[in-house]
This record gives sequence, C-alpha cells and structure tokens, in this order.
Amino acid sequence: MESVLSIGGLGKSFSGQPVLQDFNLNVKTSEFITLLGPSGCGKTTLLRIIAGFDRPDTGTILLDGKDLLSLPAEKRKVNTVFQSYALFPHLTVFNNVAFGLKIKKIKNRELQTRVMQALEQVKMKEFAQRYPHQLSGGQQQRVAMARAIVNRPRILLLDEPLSALDARLRRAMQMELKKLQREIGISFIFVTHDQEEALSMSDRILVMQEGRIAQLGTPRQVYEEPENLYVARFIGDINFFPGEISKTVDAGQVEVTIFGRQIKAQTERQFQPGDKVVLLLRPEDLRLYEQPPKDIKTFAGTIVERSYRGSTLDTLVRLDDGLLLTTCEFFDEDDPDFDYNVGQRVYITWVKGWEVVLPDEAS
Amino acid sequence: MKRPDKTKAGIILLISGWFLLFGVIPLLLLVITSFLTMDPADLVKLSFTLKAYSQLFIEPGYIIIFIRSVKLALTTTLLCLVLGYPFAWYTAQMAPKWRTSTLILLMIPFWTNSLVRTYAMRMVLGAHGILNKALLGLGLIHTPLRIMYTDYAVLAGLFYLMLPFMVLPLYATIEKLDFHLVEAARDLGAGAVSSFTKVIFPLTLPGIMAGCVMVFVPTMGLYYVASLLGGARQLLVGNLIQQQFLNARNWPLGSATSIILIIFMAVMLIGYGLLLRRFSQKRE
Repeated sequence: MESVLSIGGLGKSFSGQPVLQDFNLNVKTSEFITLLGPSGCGKTTLLRIIAGFDRPDTGTILLDGKDLLSLPAEKRKVNTVFQSYALFPHLTVFNNVAFGLKIKKIKNRELQTRVMQALEQVKMKEFAQRYPHQLSGGQQQRVAMARAIVNRPRILLLDEPLSALDARLRRAMQMELKKLQREIGISFIFVTHDQEEALSMSDRILVMQEGRIAQLGTPRQVYEEPENLYVARFIGDINFFPGEISKTVDAGQVEVTIFGRQIKAQTERQFQPGDKVVLLLRPEDLRLYEQPPKDIKTFAGTIVERSYRGSTLDTLVRLDDGLLLTTCEFFDEDDPDFDYNVGQRVYITWVKGWEVVLPDEAS
Repeated sequence: MKRPDKTKAGIILLISGWFLLFGVIPLLLLVITSFLTMDPADLVKLSFTLKAYSQLFIEPGYIIIFIRSVKLALTTTLLCLVLGYPFAWYTAQMAPKWRTSTLILLMIPFWTNSLVRTYAMRMVLGAHGILNKALLGLGLIHTPLRIMYTDYAVLAGLFYLMLPFMVLPLYATIEKLDFHLVEAARDLGAGAVSSFTKVIFPLTLPGIMAGCVMVFVPTMGLYYVASLLGGARQLLVGNLIQQQFLNARNWPLGSATSIILIIFMAVMLIGYGLLLRRFSQKRE
C-alpha cells in the first residue's frame, strides 16, 4: 500500500519544553491509525501540526508526496473533527456541513447532493434544518463527522471525538466510525487516551511517550508483544515477574530464574546470562490450580480478592514470594459454579510461550 | 418566606419611586413644556400650542442640524467600530495578565471628567498643540495643520471619548468566542476574509450592535465636544437644546427638540432590542 502522509524528523517545543522529538510516521491509504498516549504526550500537537494550526520547529510532512507545511491550514486537503465538535452555532446542520463546499464555490445542485449524502452517511438526514444546540452530543458528533468528510479530504484527523460521550453511546459510535471509515476509504488519524478504543478500532496503533514513538504496530502486536515496559503498562492490565537470565538456549529460548526457580521462556530477543529481565504476562494468560499439579513448576499464593465480572472471574493473588498478581479467568461451561474464597491457596502457572521477556529498564 | 417578599416589595417600591421622581416626572414636565407658548418675561405661558414642533419641522435650519448630528454620530460610531474591533480582538487574544493591564489602560481616562479631557484635546489638536509640534519636528509638514474648529477635531474628540464604550462590549463578546470555531472555519478551507465574514462577524454581532448603540446614542446628545473643538460653526442637536434653554430662553423649542431626540433614540433602542431577540431566538 502506498503512503498518503509521510512525516519525517518532526520536532516541536513549547517555551523550551520538547513536545515532539524526531517523530517519523507513514500513513497508508485507507488506514485507520490511532495515536494513543496519556495527556501531554504530544498527540494533539501532532494533529494540530498536520492540520496546519501549529508549525513544527523541524521536520517535513508530505501529503501524496507534496510538501504540506508550506500550505496554510485552509489549503490543506486534510480535515479535522474537533474534540468539542466546534459546530458553527449560528448555522443549521445543513449549512454547517455545506460550509466547506460553499467556500469552494461548489454549484448548488452538487452541493445539495453532497451535503445530503454526507448527512445520510452519518444518519442525520432528518436533522438538516436543526441548529447544533438542538442536538444531543452524539448527534453533534455525527454532524461534525459529516462536515469533515463531505470535503473528501485525503486524511481525516479526529481529536478525541468520542471523549464527551457516555460509555454506551461511545461504544456504538466506535463501531459506526469504523464502519464509516471502511465505506469512505479515507485514512483516519485518530487521537485517544482510551486504550480499549484504540485496540478495537485501529489498523495500527502508535503509542506515544513524551513526544516519541514508544511502539507502532497492529493492536495485536501492541497488546501481545509490547516492545517496552511503558507500552506494556499503558495497554491493558499486566503482571511483571522480575527475573534474571540464567542460560540462553537455542531457537529463541532462554532460561530465567524467577524467585529461585528455573523457568524456560520464549523470546526473539538476544540476552546474555546474568541480564536482569521482566517476564510479562496478561491476566488472562495465567492459570490457577487449587491443587499443585504434577510435573509443572508453579508459584504458590493466596487469593486476596475476587470479583465477579459476568463473563470472567477476576482475582488478585499474593504470591508467597511477595508479588501481587491479577488474573482473569473465563467461566467454564462444565463448571458454572467455579469460584474462589478469599484466603484460599492457589498454584499459578501460565500457558507456555505466551510470556514476553523484556530487559528490566530499572537496572 | 414573608421577609424576602417584604424586602422585594421594598426594593421595587424604592426603584419605582426613584424612577418616578427622576425619570417620569421630569420627562412629563418636558413634554408639557414643549406644548406651551414661549414668554420672554415668565419663560413660558400656560397656553397650548404646536408652534415649537412646527418650527422644528418647517424651518430647514433645524433639520440640517439634526441630519448633521446623525451623520457625525454615525461617523463616530463607524470609526470606533473599525478601530475598536481590532483593538478588542487583539486584547482578547493576549495572555490574561496583559489583557487586564490593557483594559485598565483603556479605562484610566474614564476616571477624569470628560469635559476636562475635551479641553485636553484642544492642547493636542491646536495650532501650537502637541500633534502639530510633533509633525513639524519630524519634518512631515512645514506649516501647522489647521485641525481645531473643524469637523475632524469634533470627530477626533468624540472618537476619543467614546472608544471605550465600543471596545468593552466587543471585548466581552470576542473573549467568549470559541476560538476552535475559527480554526474549524480555516480547516474547512476559509481564508482570513471568509473566516471573518462567515464565522467571526456573525458570532460577534451582538457585541457589535451593543457597542454601536452605546456609542451612537450618547454621541447624539454630546454638545460640549462640538462647542469646544468645533467652535460656533458646528452646531449639533445638543448645542441647539442648550442654546434654546440658556441663551434664546425658548424653553418650548428646547423641550420639543429634546422630545424629538428622545423619540429618535427610543426607536433605535427598540430596533436594537428586536434585532437582539431575533438573533438569540435563532440560537435557543
């Protein structure tokens, strides 16, 4: 796939404080890419630079191979859906959506068709003559979408567009947004600090940390193979087992000492014996046994807390070695009553090969 | 719950009384006087006549004065708007601490009596005034400009006095304007001009209207600026009223002129109110 947008070596500081540093990214045609990170990590600044509201200190941005930074915001084939929607309060829904087309002096008949088509795509056709304040938050969000896509931008920038909606509406809008993006085939750059949103919608996720890329990958890569502890911690719940490489085995295998036990682990990374490492395991990767199983090395511990989540049973386990673990088990059809008591002894292991070994950044 | 009701009634009574005493009664006296006959000995004679009004509408001199006043007030309003809008705009964009100091600087002259400030304008605009001295010193002109006792001097004086009345309502609306809307306009392809005409101007229109009313209405009645800076040649409605009461001792004519001026301004204010209501209805 060809890239629509290429960002190279982008840097930006505000009063000496770097917000973006040596930032590189290629966005492909029809790609849904999510910028994920805590507030202040530079994701909104990046969006504002692409839109043309801020100028970078260094770097280049090419849109379809042509320099974008030399163009003012109004000349860029990029549109933004603002976090606050920024609908014009003095214009009807129709005129809000028609705003960009009127500026481009699109003839009345085509304008009518295109506006109504865009409103149809976001299911807001009946509301064309309303004013923004007469609409709910979700409806305003749809109008903001229609107002942007009607201009057929090469790239649509979305700055936390769902953050003002309640959880249920939010989920519904996520599905719709994704569907809409597939239908119109425009590349989306979507900013959020909600990792669940990022995982469910994106083709690729870009995890940002203090103006740099912490990891760029598919949702699966980012969740299952985090490249560093920051990404592992930021996305989903995770357990950290501190260890030390005791032996390197062939074919991507190492032996790690964890709490005095020798554990075999899979990794593509290169380690030397003596390296301090961390084994990462998601709560759903852990297996709990009520009796110590034979032939498997386990870590013994005590249930500290259990919480029923409908489809899963989540527990908090304190290992005898002191480590606190969160686990998450799906209910088994054969044993619908399965549950733990607080204080119960359990023996923990995990599915072989699902662990991720990373160098311990603290050492 | 009885006490607040009593307090409320008391306040309403107080305000109504005050309004009656200082608003309604003097206005009634004015209305009555305008229909009386002029009498050189006792100021007015108690006999009904429409002479004052017929004089105002028939003699072209009075109509010319009225038109000149409207023109001058409109010009002042327009000047205040054109120069005050950018001022209010940039003030609203400043960092908060600079904003406050700028507004205070704008307000400080307010604390001085406007008559005194008008006299000060004479020092600036006169043949040997600061402005001429500066221009001569810079070599931009070789003979002093004659500004005093011209329409320009009156305009300059009115502009100087009325500018804050334009800037403050404008500032209040611009400051409330969601700047994301301007960014949204640019994002959708609008350049500086279309962003202004299609988004900024309509959204700040309430402030523009308020500012224009607040400048136009008092300017119509200001008479000392014209007499101090324009001399005797630039008679305005205000001067006419003053002269009728103090020099010509023609109280009926002075009263009738005042009534016409009041009606004119009332019509303007009602029009403003209607516009404002239409504007807010559209958004509510």
